[in-house]
Amino acid sequence: MNSIRNIRIVVAGNGMVGYKFCEKLLARKKTEQHFEVTVFGEEPREAYDRVHLSEFFAGKSADDLSLACRDWYAENNILLLLSDPVVDIDREQKCVRSHHGHVVYYDYLILATGSGAFVPSIPGVEKEGVFVYRTIEDLELIQSHAAKSKKGAVLGGGLLGLEAAKALLDLGLQEAHVVEFAPRLMPRQIDEAGSRTLQNQLESLGLQVHLAKSTQEITGGDCIEGMLFADGSLLEVDMLVISAGIRPRDELAKIAGLETHPRGGIVVNNHLQTSDPNIFAIGECALAHHMIYGLIAPGYEMAEVVVAKLTGGEKEFLPFDMSTKLKLIGTDVASFGDAFIEEPTCKTIRYENKAKGIYKRVNVSEDGKTLLGGILVGDASQYNMLLQTFKNKTILPPDPEDLILGSRGGEEAGAGVMSFPDDALICSCEAVTKGMLCHEIGEFGHHTVDALKKSCKAGTGCGGCVPLVKDIIAGVMNQKGVYLRNVVCEHFNYSRQELLDLVKMNGLKTYGAVLDEFGKGDGCEVCKPLVASLLASLWNENILQKDRAPIQDSNDRYLANIQKGGTYSVVPRIPGGEITPEKLIVIGEVAQKYGLYTKITGGQRIDMFGAHLGDLPNIWEELIDAGFESGHAYGKSLRTVKSCVGSTWCRFGVQDSVSFAIEVEDRYKGLRSPHKLKSAVSGCIRECAEAQSKDFGIIATEKGWNLYVCGNGGSKPQHAQLLATDVDKETCIRLIDRFLMFYIKTADPLTRTATWLNKMEGGINYLKAVVVEDSLGIAAELENDIQQLIDVYQCEWKEVVQNPELRKRFTHFVNTPEKDPTVEFDSMRGQKKAAEWV
Amino acid sequence: MYSNETTQKVTWHKACHVDDIPEDGGGCALIDGRQIAIFNFSRRGEWFATDNQCPHRQQMAVSRGMIGSQDGEPKVACPFHKKTFSLQTGKCLNDENYEIGTFPVMVKENLVYIGI
Repeated sequence: MNSIRNIRIVVAGNGMVGYKFCEKLLARKKTEQHFEVTVFGEEPREAYDRVHLSEFFAGKSADDLSLACRDWYAENNILLLLSDPVVDIDREQKCVRSHHGHVVYYDYLILATGSGAFVPSIPGVEKEGVFVYRTIEDLELIQSHAAKSKKGAVLGGGLLGLEAAKALLDLGLQEAHVVEFAPRLMPRQIDEAGSRTLQNQLESLGLQVHLAKSTQEITGGDCIEGMLFADGSLLEVDMLVISAGIRPRDELAKIAGLETHPRGGIVVNNHLQTSDPNIFAIGECALAHHMIYGLIAPGYEMAEVVVAKLTGGEKEFLPFDMSTKLKLIGTDVASFGDAFIEEPTCKTIRYENKAKGIYKRVNVSEDGKTLLGGILVGDASQYNMLLQTFKNKTILPPDPEDLILGSRGGEEAGAGVMSFPDDALICSCEAVTKGMLCHEIGEFGHHTVDALKKSCKAGTGCGGCVPLVKDIIAGVMNQKGVYLRNVVCEHFNYSRQELLDLVKMNGLKTYGAVLDEFGKGDGCEVCKPLVASLLASLWNENILQKDRAPIQDSNDRYLANIQKGGTYSVVPRIPGGEITPEKLIVIGEVAQKYGLYTKITGGQRIDMFGAHLGDLPNIWEELIDAGFESGHAYGKSLRTVKSCVGSTWCRFGVQDSVSFAIEVEDRYKGLRSPHKLKSAVSGCIRECAEAQSKDFGIIATEKGWNLYVCGNGGSKPQHAQLLATDVDKETCIRLIDRFLMFYIKTADPLTRTATWLNKMEGGINYLKAVVVEDSLGIAAELENDIQQLIDVYQCEWKEVVQNPELRKRFTHFVNTPEKDPTVEFDSMRGQKKAAEWV
Repeated sequence: MYSNETTQKVTWHKACHVDDIPEDGGGCALIDGRQIAIFNFSRRGEWFATDNQCPHRQQMAVSRGMIGSQDGEPKVACPFHKKTFSLQTGKCLNDENYEIGTFPVMVKENLVYIGI
């Protein structure tokens, strides 16, 4: 005989949680461990999905609701004894005795006896036509009685009561009433305003709601005829479903002398052990943390905790989030977190739309940073998002009302499900995280909810997470799609980021070399400027040298911005927007000499338009002689660092913003990146330089500087987010170094920092971790890489002006010095303008 | 050397020196008052010539565009709005409403000739 005895486990109860315990035990057990499992069930059926019980009336059969067929138990060597509840426990002998007299010895006994309907002691509850709503048998009785009934009522306006009321409607009763003792519906989940909204919705669907009604008596002879209330009124009904709450089935535990609570429930510790350490209680019969958890998710978690304990793991059952979302007769109802917390301990935002039957409430922490809880009635589409925001303590957007109203800018508040951290719990019933789902979808190709239900059981419990699971499927597929689209083009089967690493590792400096090594074919207008940008971001060599001129995009090709009619505009750098009168005069003289239209730009510099291609080198020669440098207005690179005048002149200024802006602009000038970069420095909190609309913006404080990143003006304005507070100049520069290089290395092509951040998983918190806290350990490398680029900076126009080979390419014709004779100008307000498009 | 076969009788015009056109790039020559874009597609070892005017907005800029290939077909992208034209047929590859003229190119003793 084998010297290692099997561990004998008896499970009393074959409900959802009892079943889940078996399933998890099988999944977890180690090969050397052998369990001998016996399950006793009171009901005649194997465990079924009680959460979706009302679907029985919508056409689902008992088999449809079954969690596992009888064969499953047999195949897994589980002895299943149905219609045979455990009636006694001998704790001395460690054995149980069943109703049919089976005696089974155990090493561990799991009580999963669940709960029964709580039936208040109202005179007349024993009459025919009075039912509870708990089992398939109950439903069969209700169904057959409803066939001969006209008016039905449900006693209890809670979650289950409303489910039962829906059942009465489904069964075709002429009148369906809900009678609730409390002054509102679903008193445990929603507040009065929410209840009003729900009541309106339910009444519009034909349900009659009676609140604050205390039932004194159930009238009639053998059969129910009506309900008499404390206020003297009478409601005539010929059937009644009692759904006034649940009562834990703790009678067996009481008989065995285990500790139970006076108001019901088997008392358990954090390991779900009863007062007898070999006996556990899980599900609705257990009283953990002084409460009965009447939801499926905590029940499953309890099963998990016990399985962990029996298989040598160590896990505790912690107070469980009781957030719920359900659809009641077509109306969404959800509550999460602390739904009822009131001001002044929180800030409450309410939205009510009576016309549409929608009520929403969110409770936000006093500092406005985190979500504490909330209620949704009529439209719970944001539930999963809000729940995750609450659970992960995600920092809220500046206008928390966006959470329930949606951003009025047209985009969803927050960055969506893909911004959740990998350990965000998506399916709380089965403890499936976002990371696990992404893995199942991405690595194993489970692209449908059904496939995921099979592979990792997500969505198989309460089903509340299914919309979120769908979002994650879409998100992962989208990422894969984006990834595919992100392959540069038909010539390079790599993403920009991959290509950057390859080019860097191999030290490639020309387009031809990159195409030979990693591409195929002849290249095109997509991959050429992309590679050009990579080469510039890696080595910062003159973009027109070697074979690089013809791979530059339209503007970079001639270091100027091509304008209507084929002429170019010229923008010299004016760091921080500070310029001497002498330099202003030079710009005026050059513009006059070459007949250029002049305009002040949005970035505090001066743009000169209408230059012929052939004039560009001469124009720049004069500008460079006067001390100007290229402004890179043509490049995907640093444009301007705008500044307000700051403490040197302004009576409010607290720091010298102009000097810092000049320092920053000089540091990063010529830095090429996935898209253009704009910056600004403000000298005080009044923010005259509009730094919060820039890719990186700096605002002076009394103590130093605040650094903001990833803002944007343009077509999709977005406020920059705070990266660091009250830092000194050196720290500020170091953080910008890291931030810019991290952006350059990881952003998709032609993606501004704002979009880059929006797509980044974890958002600003992740960016902060990487840039400020160096969570990836790459800060030194980033600083080093950018310093190398800064060290080799040269004004590319100066190089062109001084290099005859480069300079000679700046002609319209290769066979004559003539200018393009087709260029035409019109005049306006004393200056020229480009002729209109034909 | 003929890069394009042609049945029409053409007149060869001397356009420029081969060094005037950057490798894998283009340049514009003025020939009898007509602007011709010439491309030295050195990666393919081929020369091409087209109209310099993009028919989309009548801009004289095709020679400043980037060249490349699409499924093996050589093409040029106008720098203004990235209309791309086949260097072989002149047909616009991303907007069938447009087409540019193409011309045969002959390279002889480091000089580039265009057949018009």
